[in-house]
Amino acid sequence: MPHAAPSTDDITALIETQMHLEGPLLPIFHAIQETYGFVPQEALPVIAQALNLTVAEVHGVMSFYHDFRKTPAGDVVVKICRAEACQSMGANALSAAVLDKLGLDWGGTTADGKLTVEPVYCLGLCACAPAAMVGGKLVARADLARLEKAMEGAA
Amino acid sequence: MKIWVPMDSAAKALGSEDVVAAIRAEAARRGVDVEIARNGSRGMIWLEPLVEVETEAGRIGYGPMNAGDVAAIFDGSPSLGLVEELDWMKRQTRLTFQRCGVTDPLSLAQYEAHGGLAGLRRAIGMSQDAIIDEVKLSGLRGRGGAGFPTGIKWDTVRLAHADRKYIVCNADEGDSGTFADRMIMEGDPFCLIEGMVIAGLGCGAVQGYVYTRSEYPDAVAVMRRAIVLAHEAGVIGPDVMGSGKPFELEVRVGAGAYVCGEETSLLNSLEGKRGVVRAKPPLPALEGAFGKPTVVNNVISLATVPVIFEKGASYYADFGLGRSKGTIPLQIAGNVARGGLFETAFGMPLGEIVTDLAGGTATGRPVKAVQVGGPLGAYLGQEQFDTPFGYEEFGGQDALIGHAGLVVFDDSADMLGMARFAMEFCAVESCGKCTPCRIGAVRGVETLDRIAAGDGAAVELLSDLCETMKDGSLCALGGFTPYPVMSALQLFPEEFAGVKEAAE
Ligand SMILES: Cc1cc2nc3c(=O)[nH]c(=O)nc-3n(C[C@H](O)[C@H](O)[C@H](O)COP(=O)(O)O)c2cc1C
Ligand code: SF4
Ligand code: FES
Repeated sequence: MPHAAPSTDDITALIETQMHLEGPLLPIFHAIQETYGFVPQEALPVIAQALNLTVAEVHGVMSFYHDFRKTPAGDVVVKICRAEACQSMGANALSAAVLDKLGLDWGGTTADGKLTVEPVYCLGLCACAPAAMVGGKLVARADLARLEKAMEGAA
Repeated sequence: MKIWVPMDSAAKALGSEDVVAAIRAEAARRGVDVEIARNGSRGMIWLEPLVEVETEAGRIGYGPMNAGDVAAIFDGSPSLGLVEELDWMKRQTRLTFQRCGVTDPLSLAQYEAHGGLAGLRRAIGMSQDAIIDEVKLSGLRGRGGAGFPTGIKWDTVRLAHADRKYIVCNADEGDSGTFADRMIMEGDPFCLIEGMVIAGLGCGAVQGYVYTRSEYPDAVAVMRRAIVLAHEAGVIGPDVMGSGKPFELEVRVGAGAYVCGEETSLLNSLEGKRGVVRAKPPLPALEGAFGKPTVVNNVISLATVPVIFEKGASYYADFGLGRSKGTIPLQIAGNVARGGLFETAFGMPLGEIVTDLAGGTATGRPVKAVQVGGPLGAYLGQEQFDTPFGYEEFGGQDALIGHAGLVVFDDSADMLGMARFAMEFCAVESCGKCTPCRIGAVRGVETLDRIAAGDGAAVELLSDLCETMKDGSLCALGGFTPYPVMSALQLFPEEFAGVKEAAE
């Protein structure tokens, strides 16, 4: 997926949309990631300057949170729940089957850049486990066939 | 013909949007005029998507509904009957969840018609003291896990001197097996808003934040929309319902860090910092968000406040058991025949919940263990099934009720694997501040791998490590991870030694 390198002006404009908030840093990261699919590292000095922080501080915050990516993910991100309720309904076997089928490890992206598979710890669908999220769409009582269908639908 | 289809994300994940499309298509084919209304979930997740049709007698249910089966709704085929009369519904005491699944979550008119805003109206006529007293008298304790009395927390914030105070709703529901916060935010968001406004009036706070998870996109969207609607209607804003008092509200979204559910980590995250846990003191009630006095309360704690003010503190306090007053929304999850949310007075024995309500396992195999209270909660075995659901009662079993999620496992569960997962989760999610948590959890995984490989002597090492984590951790992530680990070991010691014996 082509990602045009954002210009400093684009980043500044995005930052500006959040600056009226108290504690705007997480909202800024979210806004950038929503726009570009990841947080381009060129954005960090721009954020640092806007918030009067050091680049190291901004980087430190970003790296604390599992959600924020330094590099683009595949076109469709598949998140499979690994937490206890889903495990009680076979999530371990399900995720192993998905990863095996795609030839990936957790966090990996297929060679064609289409799919990235990541773990997630609870989607709040614990009474209809196992659960997954495919490109933003929730799937409950998931099995390999239903996930494959969702992945095709999302691609 | 009026048909209700839930917009709760569990219903969606089970196909409710396809059902809506199929109903529209079928109605068009038959030339029938239908109005499709959206509600939250009633909590009977095993019946989702649960479609309800309005009749003269009341709403009748069809579920679980498939897009392929919607003709049944039009043919007048046998239904589940009146939804309110279903056993699961009739046996509950729905106070916090009285409207969830009943009303359109984004209709303020329906909210009011079903008792909403009555509590806030009453609170507006009360002094700050009287508001706090009402909460104290209700006996409400924090539903986020620690069970701290809500009224006492509010009083600390009320008495603190500051130019600005905050009400922060902890909606970072990260525990496996829990979804009550999500259901309220998606199914009755005005109830949470009303509770937060009452908290603001009681404590003299003018700004509220709902800090929730990125894993809950539907809840984020519904909450944000509800806040806009509440603002337009003057329920929040510069002049809360003509009281002359302001209260503003905003949703903030986390970024996939479990530890940010810990209140001080949450506050750091809200401020735009790393979500590292803060040492206490200072208490957040005195120095919380942006250094100002702050109430941090769980969604269910806050969403229970409106009904306390609507019906009165003593009405609420009359339910429950001992010092666990009122009702608790049980979240029944995992390997169960009937999973979902069941609100009831404290005191129901664990076995009744698992065997009777949940109907045992989904797989039909025997129940092996139940993890109560999320990833930091203990596993309980069948021999503990007579434990009544209450804070002290579970404490007496070296267990906790946490956010009241129950995850059931059948006899195929690998308990050493579950113990290993608890350590692995702690290692992944540790904020990094204390060594026993950050390093200890990694050692825990290694030690469990040694045990799995047949080194029975490592069991003692594991116990020592758990003691160190309990004693040397600043928060419950490092401090309570030993509960699932040690309870698994104590309940099923053979699974932690068997390989070695077999090898000898
Ligand atoms: C690791 C960790 C995670 C927590 N996660 C949550 C959570 O998701 N929601 C919550 O309300 N409380 C959570 N808590 C408890 C909070 O620190 C705090 O006790 C609670 O928000 C207070 O609100 P209450 O008094 O209404 O329960 C967590 C605590 C720890 C140590
Ligand atoms: S116990 Fe773990 S999560 Fe809690 S403060 Fe210490 S390092 Fe952070
Ligand atoms: S544990 Fe998987 S959705 Fe909650």
